Amino acid sequence: MLAPTLALLTVFFVVPIGVAVVESFFSWDMLTPAVFVGGANYRALVAHGALLAIALRTLGYSVMVVCATMSAGLALALLVDRPGPGFALVRASIFSAYVVSWVAVALLWMALLDTNGGLLGNTLRALGAPPVALLGDPRWALPTIAAIGAWKLTGYAMIIFLAGLQSIPRSLYEAAALDGAGPWARFRHVTLPMLGPTSAFVGTTTLITSFQAFDVVRIITQGGPARATELFVYAIYEQIFLDLSVGRASALTVVFFVLLLALAALQLATWRGRGAPT
Amino acid sequence: MRRHAAFAGACLAAAAWLVPYAWMVATSFKTLREIVERPAVWLPLSLDLGAYREVFATIDVGRSMAITIAMAATIAVLQVVLALPAGYALAKLRFVGRRFAFAVVLACLLVPAQATFVPVFLMFARVRLIDTMAALIVPFAVSALGTFLVRQALTRVPDELIEAARMDGASEWTIIYRVLSPLLRPTLVSLLLVSFVFHYNDYFWPLVMTTDDAVRTLPLGVALLREQGTGVRWHIVMAGNVILSLPVLAVFALAQRHLVRAVRGPI
Repeated sequence: MLAPTLALLTVFFVVPIGVAVVESFFSWDMLTPAVFVGGANYRALVAHGALLAIALRTLGYSVMVVCATMSAGLALALLVDRPGPGFALVRASIFSAYVVSWVAVALLWMALLDTNGGLLGNTLRALGAPPVALLGDPRWALPTIAAIGAWKLTGYAMIIFLAGLQSIPRSLYEAAALDGAGPWARFRHVTLPMLGPTSAFVGTTTLITSFQAFDVVRIITQGGPARATELFVYAIYEQIFLDLSVGRASALTVVFFVLLLALAALQLATWRGRGAPT
Repeated sequence: MRRHAAFAGACLAAAAWLVPYAWMVATSFKTLREIVERPAVWLPLSLDLGAYREVFATIDVGRSMAITIAMAATIAVLQVVLALPAGYALAKLRFVGRRFAFAVVLACLLVPAQATFVPVFLMFARVRLIDTMAALIVPFAVSALGTFLVRQALTRVPDELIEAARMDGASEWTIIYRVLSPLLRPTLVSLLLVSFVFHYNDYFWPLVMTTDDAVRTLPLGVALLREQGTGVRWHIVMAGNVILSLPVLAVFALAQRHLVRAVRGPI
């Protein structure tokens, strides 16, 4: 009964990690025979700080997405945690972005931010301001795609925070009110601490999702301008499909896998530390 | 009074999502002239279907949509069908290596497709499976998450129920698919829907596993609309976006409850 599951998991999850490790010690362009090169692929990646830059950029993108998603998700959850069809419609509108494809979201925001005929460009022009090419500016490109990522994931955070809010016992608020706590004090001393496990869950899942971001980069910026948005998975994609360098792509994959394990360890530590949200 | 203020705030927040959607739909009905015109045209004067015709002329929408839906549906069904016996074995059977098997499933939860696509691509290239439906479906036929969720749900089902079924002479397969699966309906429906929506939407895996039109899925085709022309063809791209998004939004509208429950699952 377990055989098909274990066989497929082994072939598509366990074996590939091993293949990546082996290939990372070879130089191969998929055309000529592979040559054993030892640690040369890793040395090439580390040289000039390229690997560090990619890892830090990906982490920066993820941290921006997590912060924006969590604060917007919590604020919206507090706002829409009310009965009635109007609020249900608002919740559905916000959550819908989480359901549609990253492709649709990426293309939609490219169109919105376009200086020619986009919503942003048109609005700025109508206000008499010059249009800004956010995605063409190396300083703004990464925060902009992070904002797009947060726009898509906020509905997810909101739904989880709503579940968290609804699991807080009413009696805690009543007790706090009896003790003379105002709305702000109740939020600060009841809501926030009680949302600890929920926040840990939202934060770590969003962090891991964002660390794997690819679609927004591939569709919107292709890593540019000036590598400002070259995130980890896109860098792997470039190595294998644009540079035809299997060895370096494999070495990057191995590093990516190790970083994901570190994030997973962080996830387990936060869940254990704050009580698993079960 | 406070409720009205909250509702006004909520509507303002919803606008941050609804205005972009409205812009997408409005743009898809514009003509090229309405897009480049200054001062800007906010809403099209008439519902021009030119952009949609252009989408259908550029990509084989019917074929791509059929491929995408067939792929996503096959994956979703396989995941449910295979997760049931595996989850059952992990939750209810005693055998040597059970803890190890469960550990393998948990470990695979941590490994996303983005960490395996390079070696899997090489493996598929070696056996000439690139550009086939198999390359899109087989790696996802088993879901570690699905197996885990079914296992968790089954631990809450009393053993006596299974014992009673065995007394009645039911085979293990009858127990799994006839006796237990109706009890797990909410879990299985959520798994099926989430898996379908995820793989219908997926851009990454079809992109790296295909090189030509043979099995090009709809997200790839729509993304290509933007790469093909130069300059402002936003009406065509947005028309493609509308076509791509409608099926999942329909699923969302019909089964919102299940999707939300699936997302809230672990809480």
